[in-house]
Amino acid sequence: MHDIITLARFVRPYWRPAIAAFILLTALVFLDLAIPRLIQRIIDEGIAKQNQDIVIQTGLLMVGISLLSVLVAIGNNFTSIQVGEGVARDLRLALFQKIQTLSFSNLDELRTGQLLVRLTSDVAAVQRYFQINLRIGTRAPMLMIGSIILMFSTSYNLALALLPLLLITSVIVVLFVLRTEPLYRMVQQRLDVLNTVLQENIAGSRLIKAFVRGDAQAARFLASNDDFATNSIAVMQFMALMMPVLTMCVNIGMVVVIWWGGWHVATGDMTVGQIVAFTNYLLTTMTPLVMMTMLSNTWASGVASAKRVNEVLDVVPAVQAHTDAIVLQTPLTGQIVFEDVRFFYNVQLPEPVLDAIDLVVAPGQTVAVLGATGAGKSTLINLVPRFYDVTSGRVLIDGMDVRHIDHGSLMQQVAIVPQETILFSGSVRDNIRYGAPDADEAAVVAAAQAAQAHEFILKLPSGYDTHVAERGVNLSGGQKQRIAIARALLTKPRILILDDSTSAVDVETETKIQQALAAMGSAHTTLVVAQRISTVLNADVIVVLDRGRIVAQGTHRELMQHSAIYQEIYASQLGDGVLQRTATDAQ
Amino acid sequence: MTSSNSREPHTGARASMGGRHPMAIGRIEKAQDTRQALARLVAYLAPFRTGIIVVLVFVVIYTLLGLLSPYLIGFAIDQYIIPKRTAELPQIALLMLAVYLVNNLFQALAGRTMARVSQRALQQLRQDLFRHLQTLPMQFFDRNPAGQLMSRLTNDIDAINQAVSQNVTALVASVLSLIGILVAMFVLDVWLALASLFVVPIMFWFTQFVATYTRRGFRELQRSMGELNAVMEEAISGQKVVKAFGRNESVLASFVAQNEQAYNAGVTANNYALLLMPLTSVLGNFFIIVLAAFGGWLALRDLVTVGVIATFIIYAQNFINPLRQLANMYNAIQGALAGAERVFEIMDIAAEVDIAVDVPTPQAIRGDVVFQDVQFAYEAGTPILRSMSMHAKAGQLFALVGPTGAGKTTIINLLSRFYEINAGSIHIDGVDIRDIPKEWLRRQLGLVLQDTFLFSDTVLENIRFGRLDATDEECMRAAEMADADSFIRQLPHGYQTMLSERANNLSQGQRQLLAIARMMLANPRILILDEATSSIDTRTEVRIQRALLRLMAGRTSFVIAHRLSTIRDADQVLVINGGEIVERGTHDELLAQHGLYHHLYISQFKGQHI
Repeated sequence: MHDIITLARFVRPYWRPAIAAFILLTALVFLDLAIPRLIQRIIDEGIAKQNQDIVIQTGLLMVGISLLSVLVAIGNNFTSIQVGEGVARDLRLALFQKIQTLSFSNLDELRTGQLLVRLTSDVAAVQRYFQINLRIGTRAPMLMIGSIILMFSTSYNLALALLPLLLITSVIVVLFVLRTEPLYRMVQQRLDVLNTVLQENIAGSRLIKAFVRGDAQAARFLASNDDFATNSIAVMQFMALMMPVLTMCVNIGMVVVIWWGGWHVATGDMTVGQIVAFTNYLLTTMTPLVMMTMLSNTWASGVASAKRVNEVLDVVPAVQAHTDAIVLQTPLTGQIVFEDVRFFYNVQLPEPVLDAIDLVVAPGQTVAVLGATGAGKSTLINLVPRFYDVTSGRVLIDGMDVRHIDHGSLMQQVAIVPQETILFSGSVRDNIRYGAPDADEAAVVAAAQAAQAHEFILKLPSGYDTHVAERGVNLSGGQKQRIAIARALLTKPRILILDDSTSAVDVETETKIQQALAAMGSAHTTLVVAQRISTVLNADVIVVLDRGRIVAQGTHRELMQHSAIYQEIYASQLGDGVLQRTATDAQ
Repeated sequence: MTSSNSREPHTGARASMGGRHPMAIGRIEKAQDTRQALARLVAYLAPFRTGIIVVLVFVVIYTLLGLLSPYLIGFAIDQYIIPKRTAELPQIALLMLAVYLVNNLFQALAGRTMARVSQRALQQLRQDLFRHLQTLPMQFFDRNPAGQLMSRLTNDIDAINQAVSQNVTALVASVLSLIGILVAMFVLDVWLALASLFVVPIMFWFTQFVATYTRRGFRELQRSMGELNAVMEEAISGQKVVKAFGRNESVLASFVAQNEQAYNAGVTANNYALLLMPLTSVLGNFFIIVLAAFGGWLALRDLVTVGVIATFIIYAQNFINPLRQLANMYNAIQGALAGAERVFEIMDIAAEVDIAVDVPTPQAIRGDVVFQDVQFAYEAGTPILRSMSMHAKAGQLFALVGPTGAGKTTIINLLSRFYEINAGSIHIDGVDIRDIPKEWLRRQLGLVLQDTFLFSDTVLENIRFGRLDATDEECMRAAEMADADSFIRQLPHGYQTMLSERANNLSQGQRQLLAIARMMLANPRILILDEATSSIDTRTEVRIQRALLRLMAGRTSFVIAHRLSTIRDADQVLVINGGEIVERGTHDELLAQHGLYHHLYISQFKGQHI
């Protein structure tokens, strides 16, 4: 419930239509309630007193009221839809903007699939919650209260006799709604489990077939399938009770009206018209009760979704803009300094990802980072464009702490080719121009040539106009990487970061790319993460990382002389590493 | 082969919209062959025949009782209240109470029975679907991206669920009570009944009118939501690139534009959809007004009694609701049938081909693998393997080398019978693999695949996947051999760390280590490593390699790798290019040949003095 209240702030900009919706709703309730009262008049004043004029007059009045109520209802629809859709639009925008401010460490935690669900289904559920409350949620209790008031004004005594029944009914409704909400939530959880198993069996079908685990997986599925069915049955059977119980309450009221009212008609305290009006009021109270019970599902999912939406909205961006950040006006020289940098992904983890990193990269230099899986290579270079913030220490670019540089202006001079190549749907040309939308054809081709992508692009069905399908499924890994490199080169960055971005490119092509980069001269500082020795051979400085620490740095020649780890890496790749080691093992 | 039998289900166009239907009207679809989909769906209810008959009987009982009570009210007014016969009032009141009680009791019983029947039937449907999915060939999964397939299946099953569990009984009850009320009205008073009939065509006209515009509105909404989804999907999954290239502003701008469109479409569609409510309720009011006014006029001429008018008014109220819901229920059921049709479509796709059952299961294999003139194409017309022949003797280590797309992974897919060859044959120990039960064949193979898939379970269970009866110690020993033990112990909960949990920063290399541990635990006869160490740094790789070499001793092994360093120990290196083996021999022999292998090898270490 708390989560819904938090989100109520999104309704605030729509207070005008929201209040209008409420007023129109109130009007609607009273118009609806006028009908039974007028029927009473037809019976008592018209039929009983043999007055035809009253019958016709009242009939016409009722027609007028009905027509008015249509207009009012349409007005209520219109205003409440405005609120509901407006809230949905603003929520989506807020979530989207929030996601844009999130840093890489936030994004690592919230998986993208989940984020999309939050932006679509969860927002829709919250929207339904608000909209239905404005249309039905408030209408139901108001209809009920209105009916009660009119019952009292029709016949005080009879209404008093019915009051305990109405109170009991209200209590039953509340109890039902309170009970169903957690039940629905439980079913939802079981469904999530079931869907996870199904999802894994589809996504992991190859592995399951390879290990012949079909039966074990089927057992998992059957268990959660049965669990879900059993829970659904429980909820639905409970819901199946609700309607008859509530109807019974109203029915008892009917019996009371006929019995008790009948007596009073006989004694002359009441009229037949009043009895008919009462039965109508009772049926009118019934409708809101039914509505309320139908709401509990919407409520349950609305509350659950609000919680998930809030989870995203409440994330504190791990990287935040500095209040008086420097906006870079002139090109950077590209000097990068790491000063005693320490970094944790998660403070709960015992060991830092990076520790005591001191490194100076001179303008125009190419620095390669080498090290074991999980040594912290990607993390190290991701600190430069401030995708993560250091836990302690500083990262300086041209002597300025990156945290004090306006991020937008920094990113104009830094280009990165990430480990995982992401292309967007659109033409190959659009993808290359992603960082520089205004670049002309010659520049695009030059960048593609440098990235050794030009030739294969020309062989694609429509060359540079070839449409890149979703996530680039129609391109090979190496092709995607080369397009990503072209994309980075086109922005003419002062600092170029290559995060193991040629892993799927064969060595020969990689060498050509390196030559092309070298031909650009000392135009930019380059940071390269690599696995292959061949990638890093010509770097000005090679940094060897091990368990988050720099264990050696120098040129290839220097490291071959001094660094045992480097020699080991070298041997593992081109010495007869494996053979030699197995030979010594065998001895 | 299988591909010729399997129909490819249509994808894409009906991508999920994720529960954005304020009213059931939102989902307006039709099955291609309604009758067939219905018949197959009904077949799922057949085992619950008794339950369904009971439900139908209950529905008939409570609908009839529902007709009786308004009549009793009118009767009480005319016979007892107006003539002031108070002595008999308790009698009729108690009769009413009894009717109500039985009515509600049966309604509750019907609802509870239907809940059980419908959910158990759906459980069976989901189970059959799942079982069938498991038997489908890899082609199916290659053609249908997991995410798309998932959202389609969940949406379709949900639509079926909604219809079966709610709308079917409601529809029966509605139709029954509509007919019952009409009959009762005509029995009670022909003139008032005729006056009531005018509602029916108007209601249908209203519904039709609203539905037409609503359908149009929701189609537009669906379209613009689809576009918005596409913008969000790209922006979110590509967030890192968006950030890196400073495109936040332009992405936001296209989002805002698309979001605004979705808002407008939402407002229009909902305004049309919600129009039905006031229109039908005014119609309901008109109904009552006509009854009251016309009834009053008749009453003045003593043609009808007040009690009958009261009965008619209650009937009128009971008449409007089912009438109003018919359109929604009809749409929901249509949507369910369309969903059912797609589900059945998947269930009609032919399962993987296996052997004839009566072939005796072979004894433990030695691992002698022969490819004889194997030809294969994923799609007719674009052959991947042209004519492949090779012979791996038991215990040999074979390395497959070649550029991307050369067909290396395909060879492994064929050996494990993920795909069926088009021509030629593959023999293991002299037996054609098409004569070996697939499951048995795959149990002999230990695969570490290119894409490492992990389940949302603990690290330990993910390793145990390799051999389900392995003890914790055995799992950990496998992890140690795969050099995964040290990083696992650094995870927040060690081997018990849940992998689906957020903030598990397993790198691609770490995932590969787990996959290797899993395979080591399985202890297979034939080892297959498809780029199994591509994301693992070379130093760690050397350590794993030692463990792998120990494991490979005496077992036939196939290794695919980009890094030539990992395959120097092979007994035989096959250089594959364009679907053919272009060179074969040992590392040294191939180097001496100065062919493609030599070229690949030299380019890796260009500029170095070896």
